[in-house]
Amino acid sequence: MDALVPLLVVVPFGAAFILVALANLPGLARRRAEGGESAGDLASAPGPRRHRVLSLLACAAVLANFIIALALLRADIGHIYVGGWGDEKSALGIELVCDGLAKLMVVIINMVALVSIIFSWSYMRRFTKVWLFEALFLLMTGAMNGVVLAGDLFNMYVFLEIAAISSYALVAFGCEAEELEAAFKYLILGTVGSAFILVGVTILYSLTGHLNMAKVHELLPAVGQTSPAVLLAAAALLGGLALKAAMVPFHAWLPDAHPSAPAPISAMLSGVLIKAAGIYALARIVFNVLGPTTEYAAILMALGVVSMVVGMFLALGQQDFKRLLAYSSISQAGYIVLAFGVAAHLLATGGDRNIAGLCIFGGLFHLFNHAAFKSLLFLSSGSIEQQTGTRMLKEMGGLTRRMPVTSFCCRIGALSIAGVPPLNGFFSKLIIIIGLALAGQLVLAAIAAGVAVGTLLMYVKVQRYALEGEPSGAAANAREAPAMMCVGLVLLAVVCVVAGLALLPLRDVVFGPAEDVLLGAAGKLTGGLTP
Amino acid sequence: MGIAIYMLAFALLVVGIYGVIAKRNVIKIILGILIIDYAVNMLLVLVGYRRDGVAPILSEGQDAKAWAATSVDPLPQAMVLTSIVIGLGLTALMVAMAIRLYQKYGTFDMNEIRKLKG
Repeated sequence: MDALVPLLVVVPFGAAFILVALANLPGLARRRAEGGESAGDLASAPGPRRHRVLSLLACAAVLANFIIALALLRADIGHIYVGGWGDEKSALGIELVCDGLAKLMVVIINMVALVSIIFSWSYMRRFTKVWLFEALFLLMTGAMNGVVLAGDLFNMYVFLEIAAISSYALVAFGCEAEELEAAFKYLILGTVGSAFILVGVTILYSLTGHLNMAKVHELLPAVGQTSPAVLLAAAALLGGLALKAAMVPFHAWLPDAHPSAPAPISAMLSGVLIKAAGIYALARIVFNVLGPTTEYAAILMALGVVSMVVGMFLALGQQDFKRLLAYSSISQAGYIVLAFGVAAHLLATGGDRNIAGLCIFGGLFHLFNHAAFKSLLFLSSGSIEQQTGTRMLKEMGGLTRRMPVTSFCCRIGALSIAGVPPLNGFFSKLIIIIGLALAGQLVLAAIAAGVAVGTLLMYVKVQRYALEGEPSGAAANAREAPAMMCVGLVLLAVVCVVAGLALLPLRDVVFGPAEDVLLGAAGKLTGGLTP
Repeated sequence: MGIAIYMLAFALLVVGIYGVIAKRNVIKIILGILIIDYAVNMLLVLVGYRRDGVAPILSEGQDAKAWAATSVDPLPQAMVLTSIVIGLGLTALMVAMAIRLYQKYGTFDMNEIRKLKG
């Protein structure tokens, strides 16, 4: 089983490389010209049949990854030293840690990636050079797998950068004016964030002489957890990662970047990138490297609450479907960070570990759910945009009759993000609110409940304008989206329904081990073994 | 020496951030990003520096312990190389995007490149 873990990174990277190489092979281009297919097209672009082969290759790579991720779920895996020159003692070499949290994240990433690539089979037809899109998509997926598997800080930074650079290029993929502008803003802010992350990593290295997360955690108490240098490193790391997670003071890039990307990429960015590169890394650094203290807990709680509230209010005012979804991502990410912050506070002040566990479970479950329903909503916004030609809610209307499958799936996504029982969003929000209340943070619990009501309002608006009513001009000629796009939507809708019903078995198998990783100190990270 | 040399790296970082925040020209913003990049790379090199240290190359017949006591730390140097390569990729992407932006908007001024609400 150990040999499978590096494949999660190697397969997508290899496939991306092969895709670009195949698309550029001169022999293939000539054969296409002989076949007479789209001879006047771009000189280096392969023909439609070649396109399909390349797309199939990309789909196969992502599918293989998803199967590996599922297979790893029950496996008992410790540390893997890629290349074989490292060992437990020296903590050198490339170390991958496949513990409970990493397994959960890998499943989420590859699930959303699989659905997005299935969706893009039909959706990306209107773009040229789709193979470039697929290659970047695979790079991003592989890099995110790398981020969650990395056992040392510098590897995490490198994979973060690979994921970020491919996402900058993907946001700009359409090469229209707005897309380029959004991508440029995203690139500038993202790069500054990355630079701060690297500064933090450098300072931690100079203090401890190690990059390995577990080793750094072991050695930090000797330096003193409140020494100025450690605080500087923590400030740099938390600031950089909060920027990647689009927490509110650092959120300016997200509402531009996420809606500008093609729909499958919006789904990937909102569904998993801000979580793998932002929230996951934040949680890993705070819980497993720096160790939860009241200061870090206060920072996480503040970021979470502000994002939750501000994101909700900004989303309520939006008329653009995709911008509304993007702002609501900020708000929902706030829930997750808030739950982690309260858990960190409990751990730091010696509160009840079971309640801390409940908060972390709520946060992780919401992370999973948000990946499912936000990707579902972004994908359905993509099909609606493709069929009606508009993103404005008021110009849609009556889509239930015109696009039954898309509307039904969109409705499931909207209901579950709004927290309607028995869908998954209801349970995760309930668990977070109960966790906050039990932890004694009654004000925060009340705010979380209030934001849930706001979220409900915002999605009632989506239902009212987009799905109900008489078909307006743009929607009158809309037809159901192509089959492959519907398949993607239905898959995610099923996940939304099943995850809500299968809450308890899921907690035992998937979330329990992930929870333990964050609860235990880095000792768990060194052990890496799930109970 | 001491902490002052580190402060130099941080001063460079602040200069870069000033460039990114205060300048409205796309090219100047890119230059600001590059300065930030250099500052971080310099910090990395400084972390591994040792006064009068030798190059971190273990020659034949040399005692590993004695070598380790005199050489500079090789790990940050490896990290700097990686960081420089990442910076190269980023620069290429930024410049490509700047060219495309110029083609679409006909200007490098960020005040005029604002079709989005932000």
